Amino acid sequence: MTEVNPQKVSAPEADEQARVEAAAVAPSGPGAGRLALGRITGARHLGLVVALALLAIVGLITAPETFATTSNMVSLLALAATIGVITVGMTFVIIGGGIDLSVGAIMALASVWATTLATQAYGPVVMAICAIVVGTGAGLLNGFLISYGRMVPFIATLAMLVAARGLAQRMSERRTQLVSQDNGALVELSTTRVLGLPLLVYIFAVIVALGWLILNRTTFGRRTYAVGGNPEAARLAGINVRRHTMLLYGLSGLCCGIAAVIIMARTTTGSSTHGDLYELDAIAAVIIGGTLLTGGRGTIIGSILGLLIFTVITNLFILNGLNTSDQLIAKGLIIVVAVLLQRRSLQTAT
Amino acid sequence: MEDISREQSDSSSLLQMRGIVKQFPGVRALDGVDLDVRAGEVHCLLGQNGAGKSTLIKVLAGAHQPDTGEVLLGGEAVKLANPTAAMRQGIATIYQELDLVDGLSVAENIFLGHEQATFGFTRRGEMFAATRKLLARLGHGEIRPSTEVGRLSPAGKQVVSMARALSHEARLIVMDEPSAALAHDEVTNLFRIIRELTSQGVAVVYISHRLEEIREIGDRVTVLKDGRTVAVGLPARTTPTATVVSLMTGRNVEYVFPPRPTGGFGDEVLKVEDLTVPGVVSGVSFTVRAGEIVGLAGLVGSGRSEIMEAVYGARRATGKVTLNGRPVKLGDTSHSVRIGMGLAPEERKAQGLLLDQSVARNITLASLGRYSRFGWLNRKLENAEAERLVKALDIRPPDPNRPIKTLSGGNQQKAVLGRWLVEGRKLLLLDEPTRGVDVGARAELYALVRRLADEGVGVLLVSSEVPEVLGLADRVLVVREGRIVHEAPATELDEHHVLDLVMDATPSHG
Ligand SMILES: Nc1ncnc2c1ncn2[C@@H]1O[C@H](COP(=O)(O)OP(=O)(O)OP(=O)(O)O)[C@@H](O)[C@H]1O
Ligand SMILES: [Mg+2]
Repeated sequence: MTEVNPQKVSAPEADEQARVEAAAVAPSGPGAGRLALGRITGARHLGLVVALALLAIVGLITAPETFATTSNMVSLLALAATIGVITVGMTFVIIGGGIDLSVGAIMALASVWATTLATQAYGPVVMAICAIVVGTGAGLLNGFLISYGRMVPFIATLAMLVAARGLAQRMSERRTQLVSQDNGALVELSTTRVLGLPLLVYIFAVIVALGWLILNRTTFGRRTYAVGGNPEAARLAGINVRRHTMLLYGLSGLCCGIAAVIIMARTTTGSSTHGDLYELDAIAAVIIGGTLLTGGRGTIIGSILGLLIFTVITNLFILNGLNTSDQLIAKGLIIVVAVLLQRRSLQTAT
Repeated sequence: MEDISREQSDSSSLLQMRGIVKQFPGVRALDGVDLDVRAGEVHCLLGQNGAGKSTLIKVLAGAHQPDTGEVLLGGEAVKLANPTAAMRQGIATIYQELDLVDGLSVAENIFLGHEQATFGFTRRGEMFAATRKLLARLGHGEIRPSTEVGRLSPAGKQVVSMARALSHEARLIVMDEPSAALAHDEVTNLFRIIRELTSQGVAVVYISHRLEEIREIGDRVTVLKDGRTVAVGLPARTTPTATVVSLMTGRNVEYVFPPRPTGGFGDEVLKVEDLTVPGVVSGVSFTVRAGEIVGLAGLVGSGRSEIMEAVYGARRATGKVTLNGRPVKLGDTSHSVRIGMGLAPEERKAQGLLLDQSVARNITLASLGRYSRFGWLNRKLENAEAERLVKALDIRPPDPNRPIKTLSGGNQQKAVLGRWLVEGRKLLLLDEPTRGVDVGARAELYALVRRLADEGVGVLLVSSEVPEVLGLADRVLVVREGRIVHEAPATELDEHHVLDLVMDATPSHG
């Protein structure tokens, strides 16, 4: 994904992440899980499941030795986990009629804050809590500016993007902060395996499940659709639209904090360059998954499938030793094609 | 009954639609409809909610393609592939749901799609002048061409979409419930324009659920029932109302209001003191008692809707509002709902509906707390309640899981009302509750509102139809220019008296 972006300020960072990902090894099979997924998601997401299956076939053909290996699958999932958690939050924000451009920057800030010497002195649990609190706080600040300061979401979160990165750079003095040996427990989230998968993949799964439940089974989820679909109608139906909007951005920030914990575990570092352009990947995943940017419609499962499609494409490009620029072009095309296909299926449905 | 045979009418027909069929997933909206309109006549299209009226005129406007059937204009078969093609054929349409762009100005909306432009640059001056002329012709010279449409009242928007239809120089103008948002004087104005148009040979297809309007403006009537034509070309003035109603509904509906309670009312539910909305409402005070239906009569723009919205906390206001003795936080709708209020807004599409959601989701939106514990929804309970309300309101088709945007206008309106027909409400604010609802369903809604009142709910009602206010309300407050100018029991007022009070600055106090 964007870890291999050529425009990166600090090149060593990307290498480091790639190394960690490549080092991940474990036994597991992807085929069975994918079929089950198709059944759960139903016809609505059939197109996405088919696209994912096609990509897998391409992978099997073009990189027969490397693609279907367990190590590759594990690194793929670990990579998806970080942005995946962010994508869950992003799905809420976009269904609620907003947009959050600051997710990558908030994640970077949270990772830096949690890995300062002062924080590290308190041990891994406090580090994790710190990351989550910083993320949630930044998200709530976004929400406050948007709902009570009446700023346009695009602008408020753009400001947060710039400011949070700046703050992260100052705190870290632009250096990569290593997670100290004493706090190795944090890193175990990525090295400890259960049934062949690193713990952080389970964290990802739990976040997705929680996100799905909140969106589909709680009043909060219902109100999110209402606030995004018709804010005036929501207000007249007695929903506190402002407070709800603020909570949505807080939720997105919370997800960024959790993603920061995951990336610290994966890379053993906190850095102001983490999560560069994650916002674009997350937004793209949500769009590919069928959520309307205008709000009021969308699903978590669609977003996650969109994200997996994106992640697999990145993976295929890396495995086949292709240029990262071509990869960006391919991603752009995927977004356009996905949205065009959804248009058509929407039209035929009504 | 005088029946006009089709051959006879062919000679002078401007428009003929023959055997139009339109199938939607799960619903056959039109099942072989015939329509025959002569030049210079006002042809009324009647039918219950969901009969297929809007679908038929959308076919005529090129917005829907029929599965089978043909359209003849001036005796020639035409294909109306899209709205532009229909406009080019001289067919202009005012849709039931306003389709204006809120962010654009009045002039831009009127000339949207046929801007007066040279090399892509709009000729603003000309457009403004033409807009001013159109609005003046409609009797609304006070609307400025540069005003953003989003700032206009629903009635103002209706005027703009009318101006848009007029701007096309059409030979056939289709109006889908144009009077639903209009008050009495506005309707008079509308009829004046319609007469002006027909005297120039323009034909008008007119849809309305207000049968007295049909009698006043209509020449001939076509009745639809369940997607079929059940009567063609009845004379509008001489056909008895009972005949028309039984053709529409297939039964005899008595258009009566439920009886008023004989005993007194309960305690004061709502007390409003010195309520002021800057520029619109100046210092009104009134009360509503438990079990009482209080009607607000007034012109559009008199401040009646604003009073309601301010009481509900949906609008900035000053003054004191108390519900059952507890002060209401002005400007906080969620607080108002928590303490037992409910507002059914005037403009269902913009203020009421979640168009992308199902009927059930729309109905339960305001009462989610009742079907949940600690935020966790009990979906069984929720769906059961939605199903109950769909039945109680006779929403058709009776499927709570249908997307609400596929329902007819009147059925959508019932869903907006249904949102508040749950237990625990102490005060209901109903703004044009029967807008777009057919005669049969109307009587049922009146009975429903009265039953709620009898159970102890206080009701504040706004309606542009004076007979509705007089028939349903117990007490009437007449609003003019943001003040309450008269207050009386409904039984002591008649329509003329109210109209005088509503309009005249020097009313004849009776
Ligand atoms: N896009 C759609 N998809 C599915 N069904 C539809 C769609 N549009 C309309 N219908 C159905 O077609 C039928 C006719 O609807 P239509 O809007 O024409 O009724 P109407 O006569 O205009 O009623 P009203 O008086 O309430 O406006 C209804 O049963 C409605 O649910
Ligand atoms: Mg209709």
